[in-house]
Amino acid sequence: MSLAGITKEERGESMTEALIQMKHICKSFPGVKALNDVSFDLKAGEVHALVGENGAGKSTLMKVLTGVYQCDLGEIFLNGEKLEIRNVRDAQSKGIVMIHQELNLMNHLTAAENIFIGREYRKGMKLFLDKQKQNRKAADIFKEMNLEIDPDVKVGDLSVAKQQMVEIAKALSYESKVLIMDEPTASLTENEIEDLFSIIRMLKEKGHAIIYISHRLEELAAITDRVTVMRDGTYVGTSNTHEVTTDEIIKMMVGREIFVTKQGEFQHKEAPVTLEVRHLHAGKMVRDVSFTARKGEILGFAGLVGAGRTETARAIFGADPHESGEIFVNGREVKIHSPSDAIRSGIAYLSEDRKQYGLVLGLDVDINIALPNMEKYHKNGFIQFAKSEKNSTEQTELLTIKTPSIKQKVKLLSGGNQQKVVLAKWLTKNSDILIFDEPTRGIDVGAKNEIYKLMNQLAEEGKTILVISSELPEIIRTCHRVIVMYEGRITGEVSGAEINQDAIMNYAAKKA
Amino acid sequence: MKGIRKNKDLSQKIIIIGTFILLLIFFAIMNPAYIRYDNIMTILLSTCVNGTLAIGVSFVIITSGIDISVGTVMTLSCVMSGTAFSVWGWPLWISILFGFCVGALCGAVNGFAVAKMYLPPFIATMAMQMIAKGLSLVISGIKPVYFTGAPNYQKIAIGEFLGIKGFYNAIIIFLIVAVIAHVIFSKTLIGRYDLAIGSNEEATRLSGIKVDSWKIGIYSLCGLFCGIAGLIMSSRLNSAQPQLGAGYELDAIAAAVIGGNSLTGGEGSIAGTVIGALIISSLTNGLRIMQVSSEIQSAIVGLVLALAVFIDQARRRKEAK
Repeated sequence: MSLAGITKEERGESMTEALIQMKHICKSFPGVKALNDVSFDLKAGEVHALVGENGAGKSTLMKVLTGVYQCDLGEIFLNGEKLEIRNVRDAQSKGIVMIHQELNLMNHLTAAENIFIGREYRKGMKLFLDKQKQNRKAADIFKEMNLEIDPDVKVGDLSVAKQQMVEIAKALSYESKVLIMDEPTASLTENEIEDLFSIIRMLKEKGHAIIYISHRLEELAAITDRVTVMRDGTYVGTSNTHEVTTDEIIKMMVGREIFVTKQGEFQHKEAPVTLEVRHLHAGKMVRDVSFTARKGEILGFAGLVGAGRTETARAIFGADPHESGEIFVNGREVKIHSPSDAIRSGIAYLSEDRKQYGLVLGLDVDINIALPNMEKYHKNGFIQFAKSEKNSTEQTELLTIKTPSIKQKVKLLSGGNQQKVVLAKWLTKNSDILIFDEPTRGIDVGAKNEIYKLMNQLAEEGKTILVISSELPEIIRTCHRVIVMYEGRITGEVSGAEINQDAIMNYAAKKA
Repeated sequence: MKGIRKNKDLSQKIIIIGTFILLLIFFAIMNPAYIRYDNIMTILLSTCVNGTLAIGVSFVIITSGIDISVGTVMTLSCVMSGTAFSVWGWPLWISILFGFCVGALCGAVNGFAVAKMYLPPFIATMAMQMIAKGLSLVISGIKPVYFTGAPNYQKIAIGEFLGIKGFYNAIIIFLIVAVIAHVIFSKTLIGRYDLAIGSNEEATRLSGIKVDSWKIGIYSLCGLFCGIAGLIMSSRLNSAQPQLGAGYELDAIAAAVIGGNSLTGGEGSIAGTVIGALIISSLTNGLRIMQVSSEIQSAIVGLVLALAVFIDQARRRKEAK
């Protein structure tokens, strides 16, 4: 990291090299200092990673750069020239564009219409849309990006990866020099990630500068030149990516060491089978799935995105219907037609999308924890507030949920704490089989460890835990045994010491 | 810490109550007769029907649904109750309960269409609006249904409570309805699930709550309130008027919205709805005293509606920041 210091000084002498310079940026919100004297620079033709835990200030910094927020103090330079960015349009006109994690496209419009929205080509005294010309222009951009996308196809019919490409094409059509990508690989498969990377490399060669925000630190080495770490609204450091290890970056992010220990073999081989699934079929994505899980076991489900893992979990939980197959809980067959059937059998599902499926964001912590448990907290239909509040307070302490009070709206909590609220729901319900779907998606490194610890603790207490995760390191470190799926079928199983990246990827990429 | 959320709720309530008080002060200055006891009682009396309907529709609005059938369902339930009493010769109190049941049943059908047949609430209840209107007209033969066998029927609404002059029973009925509705909303499961469904229906379903059944229950509850409104209405007029009812849903929805119930669901209160209904009736009453024509009255109520929602949206946006 000493090297980083030297390059910084060198840059100080030759200012012109930096395309964008943000100097001593400060930004406060009521009660929070979101950015405290943060400096950041970006060279033409580089991919610069910006990493940090949630709440470190990455998005605030980017919102200052793209004109969503105005900084209280500090200056921004473009090619050495001072910039006044008052709103998003200012930033756009200077060629600074952000590609959001949640893509901002209109699904019912075509790719070309999305790209040129707001500046459509027109003809006939500008009264009519010139669709041909628009499609031609869009096709030119796609060609430049080496993409095969029909400009006339509805965006909603494209895969998420292709939609992202459309978003990038839109940014390029503004002749942007600076592209900010927020978690661009979050919902992409391995192959799609490769495609994205080759486009990023192409952009880089043409002299575009890219700010790359990601939680997936493994990716950084593959695609970025430099990495800047932020923590708690402050600047921690900048290094050349190939000179730092992932562990060093994590250390900078959290300010402490993180220990990764592998789970190892399941010790209680004779423990009773709590969940058995036989020949489960549900739609195209769940084909003849059979497996068993024991008391105290952590069973992982690995596979590429679209392998049918979430669909399997949803079918077991009754969130989606299944056509055939049997589900046994504690040796007895259960008929599951709805989530309430599954919950009654002791199955709980922690969705990959907490905000949409796991929580009622606009309501408070107490109401959320109590939601599946109301039969315990009412008498003849009248809610017993004291009982539910007592339990919520206990759970909040037990799981160390950081919230000012149980009356805080859940949407105001951080991702990690939201996940704990979901967990508290099901622990209150005393569910014995917990299905975690992407348990740490969008959760920062520190809180991830807490979630892993909780999962271990629950398994030791005798719960059966199913983990679905697209992050292989997560599967490898948390699970006793791993089932691998491909296109709706189980293609393999590894356990204990056999669990490693190669073994899993082998099964994940081939048909049974 | 409990204060944080309370304060936000409070700021919204202060806006609504503040608007109401400013309105009263304005009209009192324009014409002191406005705040005379008998005029205040008139305002309260004119709030009863709309207020009861608004309470019913609030429960539905909080699920992020809408019920535009409340007006004609109200009419159908009092037409049915009148028919049961006068034509079929049922005892009065059974006929009244029958009317309530008709209302609740219409609500249940709405709920079924929304929850089980996946009709958008607007369409489902628009169909019910037309169906209830048609049935009322057919069953009554397009003639008012009189409660001739019950000379005291009118007393139910406009008898004087405990003999206090100008203090009509309808006001007491409305008060009781409002208190019960408030308790249902804030203290019982149906209220809790009402909010949860409106905030995030899918998350609520995945918490094992039978969302479909609860929705049917909530729409039925709304129908029940229409039935009660029908009783007050028909008692005031001493007859069930099959031609009335259409258009009442708009005032009811306006009252619920002015009272701070969000059409996107998950937010609202019964107290707010009651004040929303009071704002509408004191506004129209005040304008009438100032001899503003009823056409202009309608325009002004429309303006107030837009203004109320605008202020509420501005508050929300500020909160989100």
